[in-house]
Amino acid sequence: MVREIHVDRVKDVVRELSIKANYFLPQDVLKALNKAIETEESPVGKEVLGLIVQNAAIAAEDEMPICQDTGAAVIFLEVGQDIHFVGGSLVEAINQGVSEGYQDGYLRKSMTDDPFLRKNTGNNTPAIIHTDIVEGDQVYLVLAPKGGGSENMSAARGLTPADGMEGVKKFVVETVDRAGSNPCPPIVVGVGVGSTIEKAVLLSKKALIRPVGHPHPREHIAELEQSTLEAINNLGIGPQGLGGRTTALAVHIEPHSSHIASLIAAVNIQCHAARHAEATL
Amino acid sequence: MEKRITTPLTEETLRSLKAGENLVIDGVIYTGRDAAHKRLVETMDKGEPLPVDFTGQIIYYVGPCPAKPGHPIGSAGPTTSGRMDSYTPAMLNVGLKGMIGKGNRSAQVVEAIKEYGAVYLLAIGGAGALLAKCVKKAEVVAYEELGPEAIFRLEVENFPVVVGVDTEGNDIYVEGRKAYAR
Ligand code: SF4
Repeated sequence: MVREIHVDRVKDVVRELSIKANYFLPQDVLKALNKAIETEESPVGKEVLGLIVQNAAIAAEDEMPICQDTGAAVIFLEVGQDIHFVGGSLVEAINQGVSEGYQDGYLRKSMTDDPFLRKNTGNNTPAIIHTDIVEGDQVYLVLAPKGGGSENMSAARGLTPADGMEGVKKFVVETVDRAGSNPCPPIVVGVGVGSTIEKAVLLSKKALIRPVGHPHPREHIAELEQSTLEAINNLGIGPQGLGGRTTALAVHIEPHSSHIASLIAAVNIQCHAARHAEATL
Repeated sequence: MEKRITTPLTEETLRSLKAGENLVIDGVIYTGRDAAHKRLVETMDKGEPLPVDFTGQIIYYVGPCPAKPGHPIGSAGPTTSGRMDSYTPAMLNVGLKGMIGKGNRSAQVVEAIKEYGAVYLLAIGGAGALLAKCVKKAEVVAYEELGPEAIFRLEVENFPVVVGVDTEGNDIYVEGRKAYAR
């Protein structure tokens, strides 16, 4: 059975998620920040973490953006194969939703039309849309505003299969080290590992959607996440880079099948404003 | 008691600030980020007058969110300062004495800060809602067409910062990290 969804519904949901994601920090992130306040050894670091939590509370109460960089509107869309969108263009509806949400929510418009000419599009479109076709007749949508400060510090590299888990760990730690204070630590580190670069990069971003503090179900991956997190927190960068033990709240690694010759790793760095909001249609 | 500073910054105030110290700012600061800096430096290169007199002033690297009705400004946390590094020596040369941002500065900028007796101050990145509360008044004074990148004149109260680089070139990012690296 084909299920019809009017694109106006998608538009309304995107509008609402744009605002919600930017005003309210998810509970899992808040929980991780509060836990870090208890474990942080640096007094300045503790204070900074406290202010970050206080900032989230002010944003939620006053209904204003947690951070002024309300990001590029990154949207993960899972579309059931039995869905039929009616009433117009799906992509246009999504962009219209972003435009209305960023306008009505008093969010900053940060998108430019061209990477070199750099004229602001004025409504934060286009959204960055990643679509997966899945079984079923539902639409699942996650909107994750992504700020420039942390995105700019992300990287991908081709390693060799012989480099293995140690090689990936080393690359991730190096990337975080190089980023230093720029991506607003404490950060969440998303890692994608596979054999084609676009898949690794996409997985590294998807890894950021996983609730903070949920290890990967595969044991060797969960162990790699844990040991990479420890190595990162031994760098001493700390909250805001002012020195401390809490450089990252979590490392999330998403592995994928690999070609016999390849091991490609991508690191997507997410600042403490780890925003996302989701809906099912 | 936290130390309070206000603009225009005097040499005596500047010299008293030490890397790692907490401060609050009261008074007027100006905003400016990538596009505004580009314009300012282009204007200087052409030998034309600048739209703002930066002598003794502070620039805050920020592109705020639009203000909700009844509020002077929307969320207003710092942006990454490193992107302004190439423009900074020219700004210091026209009398700028303070910069507020986040993230470390290049060796050349730290050197220039020392040479001109200026300071680099840090605000908490991502604390846009909290920092917006310290802004009492905001008006665009130049480059309105740049939207969030325009130059705003802000009146602030109790605006919290940490001294990142002081007039002697001490850098908190270098010092702070050393203490906790293992
Ligand atoms: S890195 Fe994140 S918290 Fe920092 S300014 Fe950018 S969006 Fe905001």
